[in-house]
Amino acid sequence: MKNIEFRTATSAQGGLVVMSGVPGVASGSRVQLRDHAGRVRSGLVIRAADEAVLVEVFEGTDELDLERTWVRFLDEPFKLPVSRDIMGRVFNGAGVPRDGRPPIVSADRRDVNGEPLNPAARAYPREFIQTGISAIDGMNSLTRGQKLPIFSGGGLPHNRVAAQIVRQAKLLGEDAAEFVVVFAAFGASHADARFFQESFEESGVLNKVVMFLNLADEPVIERLLTPRAALTAAEYLAFDLDYHVLVVMTDMTAYAEALREVAVLRGDVPARKGYPGYLYSDLAEIYERAGRIKNRRGSITMIPVLSMPSDDITHPIPDLSGYITEGQIVLGRELANQGVYPPVSVLPSLSRLMKDGIGKNFTREDHPHVASQLFASYAKALEIRGLAAIIGAEELSDADRRYLQFAEAFETRFIGQGEDEDRSVYETLNLAWDLLSTLPPEALIRVSEEELAKYHKWQAGAEAA
Amino acid sequence: MGKILEINGPLVKLELPSTVIGEQVRVGRLGLVGEVIGRDGDTALAQLYEDTAGLRPGEQAEGLGWPLSVELGPGLLGAIFDGVQRPLHAVWEKSGDRMARGVAVPSLPRDRAWRFVPDPARRPGETLAGGDVLGTVQETESIAHRILVPPLARGELLELAPEGEYTLDQAIGRIRLSDGGIDKLYLFHRWPVRTPRPFRRRDHAVQPLITGQRILDTFYPLLKGGKAAIPGPFGAGKTMLQQQIARWCNAEIVIYVGCGERGNELTDVLEFMPELKDPHTGRPLMERTLLVANTSNMPVVAREASVYVGMTLAEYFRDQGYDVVMVADSTSRWAEALREVAGRLGQMPVEEGYPAYLGSRLAAFYERAGRVETLAGGHGSVTLIGAVSPPGGDFSEPVTSHTKEIIQTFWALSKELADARHYPSVDWLESFSGYVPSAAKWWAENVDPDWETARAQALDLLAESEELQRIVNLVGVEALSSEQRWTLEAAGLIKEGLLQQAATDEIDSFASPEKQYALLAALLEIHRQGMKLVKLGAPARRLIQMPLLAQARRWKSQHKSDDLARLRKKIAAIPAEFEELLREYAQSSTR
Ligand SMILES: Nc1ncnc2c1ncn2[C@@H]1O[C@H](COP(=O)(O)OP(=O)(O)O)[C@@H](O)[C@H]1O
Ligand SMILES: [Mg+2]
Repeated sequence: MKNIEFRTATSAQGGLVVMSGVPGVASGSRVQLRDHAGRVRSGLVIRAADEAVLVEVFEGTDELDLERTWVRFLDEPFKLPVSRDIMGRVFNGAGVPRDGRPPIVSADRRDVNGEPLNPAARAYPREFIQTGISAIDGMNSLTRGQKLPIFSGGGLPHNRVAAQIVRQAKLLGEDAAEFVVVFAAFGASHADARFFQESFEESGVLNKVVMFLNLADEPVIERLLTPRAALTAAEYLAFDLDYHVLVVMTDMTAYAEALREVAVLRGDVPARKGYPGYLYSDLAEIYERAGRIKNRRGSITMIPVLSMPSDDITHPIPDLSGYITEGQIVLGRELANQGVYPPVSVLPSLSRLMKDGIGKNFTREDHPHVASQLFASYAKALEIRGLAAIIGAEELSDADRRYLQFAEAFETRFIGQGEDEDRSVYETLNLAWDLLSTLPPEALIRVSEEELAKYHKWQAGAEAA
Repeated sequence: MGKILEINGPLVKLELPSTVIGEQVRVGRLGLVGEVIGRDGDTALAQLYEDTAGLRPGEQAEGLGWPLSVELGPGLLGAIFDGVQRPLHAVWEKSGDRMARGVAVPSLPRDRAWRFVPDPARRPGETLAGGDVLGTVQETESIAHRILVPPLARGELLELAPEGEYTLDQAIGRIRLSDGGIDKLYLFHRWPVRTPRPFRRRDHAVQPLITGQRILDTFYPLLKGGKAAIPGPFGAGKTMLQQQIARWCNAEIVIYVGCGERGNELTDVLEFMPELKDPHTGRPLMERTLLVANTSNMPVVAREASVYVGMTLAEYFRDQGYDVVMVADSTSRWAEALREVAGRLGQMPVEEGYPAYLGSRLAAFYERAGRVETLAGGHGSVTLIGAVSPPGGDFSEPVTSHTKEIIQTFWALSKELADARHYPSVDWLESFSGYVPSAAKWWAENVDPDWETARAQALDLLAESEELQRIVNLVGVEALSSEQRWTLEAAGLIKEGLLQQAATDEIDSFASPEKQYALLAALLEIHRQGMKLVKLGAPARRLIQMPLLAQARRWKSQHKSDDLARLRKKIAAIPAEFEELLREYAQSSTR
């Protein structure tokens, strides 16, 4: 069947082609269309019956002349050839090289859709990754095998934050990053893609990076393949070659929009804001490919970047993502406007795996309590800041004014840091104690009395000016 | 034998005459399993539990003759199953790290022999009815698995095997049915998951389910056999709360259903459960626990089935006379699976894409919870606790609002509390429980006669402080009287010293009813003593500076539930802490 070309298209519309007289076509199989100009397009069988086969065409159906369209059914799903040679290479969303070098030749070709991991085969992620960024390491820490997205918005420095994580990420006690990186950009601008390329180049890791690029002006439907191809490469590197793989993907919003576009063409029932009901499951198929597996050495740690439409965290894309990922790092516009970099909004941020990867055997014994205390004190400080905005700071009590100063210092000194500043987790924790020392001990009930005695440097009255 | 006509996502159209809706089908060269959901003449529409990629029109299809059923017998406890009861450890051994398709493994192990001890009361010749106990298998050290006559069987017992080791394939008895036919009895039987298992009658639920979580047990109690929902946006703490309940609650069997949620959360349960001890029996928690897992990346159709599989397993242990708790994380994913199937069937969506029968489906499902008198005459219960994941945290969406109508206990999680890392983030104003009167009786008899009053006082204090906080947010704290400021402070004390409870803190993770009440009474006592002073004219500022307040906030994590003597001493000393101030202000007010 692979070698026969059919010329039996009966209709073409909105990216979908109906073929008749092609019995026994496998559902999900890949298709090649050759149009009158000799241009080859690719597609996928999305509905198969003997009378009619429905094909989704990635490059769209514009200018297709039904009488002069030849269609070949390749009888297999989309596959990505993998070998060690993928390292350092750049591909498009369908796995075709875009760096001018020859294609990967390998007998090992993998279905980009992957197969779900058996939950019994997973190993729980527990190893603390130090990113050198206090807001992350101290309060929303990352572990090896976690999926932790960056929720951002237009104009915020998510790319710079992601690049800084890639540059600095290491396990405690290690000198340099021992990660390999899989980078996938879909619907990204040329400038974004170039930013990452240059950043990898500068830090000298380019030969340890595999890139999959589908840019904003490239076929929408190929966007749906891009993360899948990238994760197929990541799985190969992690679970066949034992690498620790850091997967950076940008931008999940472009992905979800592409999915919506295709769903509308297919006539699927919309759930919220026009997104199909299966957006959740579809995103999960991507995010859940992160993780660790028992008896395997490698791991996939995932940092997807997601821009929240109108900064709205309840929009379906961040909302459904947050329901799947193991936390989120939220960037805030207000902090960014104040000039704080990285503008991590710590309260809505969360790392769900943090509780199992920090503390006595992992970072330092006071870490869990310090994190919890910072959250509580900063939340209270923000409340007081809100109050001060209404009644005026001069109406506040001394105790409350202390909180205002704490918030200020916390934002500029703890959250804020240099783009090249790589703080150890111990520096982060000591800095946290410096700040907590400006609050009286009886206000710090999330830390233990022993920890207070050991780390807290309170001088009554000294700070409250 | 029939054949495939069309493949459309998880739906396949089959040429399959004389099938019935609900029948299991096996389809294609891979032998993928699914169920019939529609019929039209000789064609049937089936949804498959596995990915349909690679299926072709023309491949064979066959009806299996039964609806989706589970195997019920020894081997369930400690296991993890997928949404259609495939044993995930056995599947792992057979097909590797990834879920290969078409893998057929029996749900319960066939190679393992179990020591069966017949019930000494059983006599050949007697008439047996469904649900009668044939004997027991000590499945784990803490749980005796009672072997039941299948619910619909009835007849004369011809023979019952003597004590000995039997595999599931070996008959342990024979029964002559009323129509004269003879059936063999085994250590297990099958039951269709969408049919509730029968019982004699419903009983009143009377005993509280103790979870060890103060805001639940003390403020919004749940009863054994009750229905509860935990709605909350992502990150609010639904999963942690359910895991806490699975760990610490005083049920005998826990069924944990991971429905469309994260793989690592199940791994987490699989890793910690064997290491933790049941606080009530001292045995590893895994011995009483059973997991059903359809993670978010596993096929959606099996997700819809998974909650029914879990419920049937729960009912089966209930029928043995056990108190069972089933937690379902998350019922929203199940409802979404329902929506997806409805959409593919072209059914008319009514709200946010959900079909019109969403509410009735949810109600029928929750209705399977309850305390019952079993067919054998004993008592058992299924307590159902469903997490709800409202899009954008909006509780007015269909799944949350329908569920709210059905359940009795509503543990509403708040994003604001979670953001400030106040866990469990159960909102004390939005939550409710219809079980307070029954629970009050138990608390009065078993812990303290004043429980109900104390609970009400604390809730009043919290409600009042909310009002006061609104004023403060408008005009500042200076606008409050000393009494009001003290109320605000005392409410803060209750929030931090009682309601907030860290699952990650070894001591605080679980609090016995005695400890819960001791803390509640202590904090109220502090409030009362302070109020006395304020009424004598002491400024709230002086009270707020008392070291006692910071100390009391730490008590919860300083005193273990089984060692309350030191805590009680501190509580007894509360009045003394106020004595000096009392003297001072009593004098100044008489002067
Ligand atoms: N009772 C608790 N004690 C301590 N931490 C908690 C508690 N509940 C939630 N958390 C924290 O919040 C995070 C998110 O909780 P989770 O239950 O996964 O939320 P949800 O299921 O609602 O998305 C957890 O990873 C943990 O860090
Ligand atoms: Mg959850």
